[in-house]
Amino acid sequence: MSLNYRAGSGEDAVDFSLRNPLFAALLGWLWPGAGHFYQGRYVKCFIFMICIVSIFAYGMVIGQGRVVYASNRPNDFRWQFIPQAGFGIPSILAVAQSLKVTNDRPPFFVLCERYPEGYTDENGVLREFERIPVDEVASFQGERLYDGFMAPPSEPIILERNDVLGMWHAEMRHFFDLGTLFTVVAGLLNFLAIYDAFAGPAIQEPKGDQEVD
Amino acid sequence: MSILLIASIWDAQIWYALPLLVATSLVYGATRHEHLKEIVNQSFRAGMWLLAFLGVIFAVVWWAGTRV
Repeated sequence: MSLNYRAGSGEDAVDFSLRNPLFAALLGWLWPGAGHFYQGRYVKCFIFMICIVSIFAYGMVIGQGRVVYASNRPNDFRWQFIPQAGFGIPSILAVAQSLKVTNDRPPFFVLCERYPEGYTDENGVLREFERIPVDEVASFQGERLYDGFMAPPSEPIILERNDVLGMWHAEMRHFFDLGTLFTVVAGLLNFLAIYDAFAGPAIQEPKGDQEVD
Repeated sequence: MSILLIASIWDAQIWYALPLLVATSLVYGATRHEHLKEIVNQSFRAGMWLLAFLGVIFAVVWWAGTRV
């Protein structure tokens, strides 16, 4: 069923069709603006896509690809992922990464490798969870931890002292939280865009159900 | 004091709010209307409200900071 609507009045009135609202909402969840593109509402498609994708991408860049991840492990419940999941494709990737790293398997798209818990170098300096320098990665012997693109931080999760998540905060400083904020806002804004694709704009005059084709 | 305040604002993380403010205003405006002109008008009004809201919070936090 296709729904026809008129938004606004007079010369500014715009007629549009929601086509299949559920399918449009699904497309809009997968990629911001895609549902509106499917409905032929190209202006709003452009606005949603530019605004939401750009701030999500900016958050990912300043968060070095680590701020969107799915985790429900004990002491590591990533509640920020709930609003971030408003952007479908990245959230699907994050869930896939989360499933991939269960049982200590390495993630897809490894960003860097880290020394394991309790590792000390030849000088006796504790270097656990630090990044392994690129020129030492090949020669390093022993267990190693992996940072993956949109993958949760490697275990162990340690509340009393530093762990991999703590290292992310230390290395990125405030950019970890800023990147999280940008991606959270982008996901929340996409929920608005999804609702708009499903139900149309808030100010409108329904013309009734009509078959367009 | 005001010079220090301006200098700190110029180099502060508060500027990261600007793209969020613009994006939020535009998306909010676009969910209210269908016509581009109305979307832009609504976005401008929403942006001003958000700016005022953030400004009040900033002023309160700054004032609280001066009392410590």
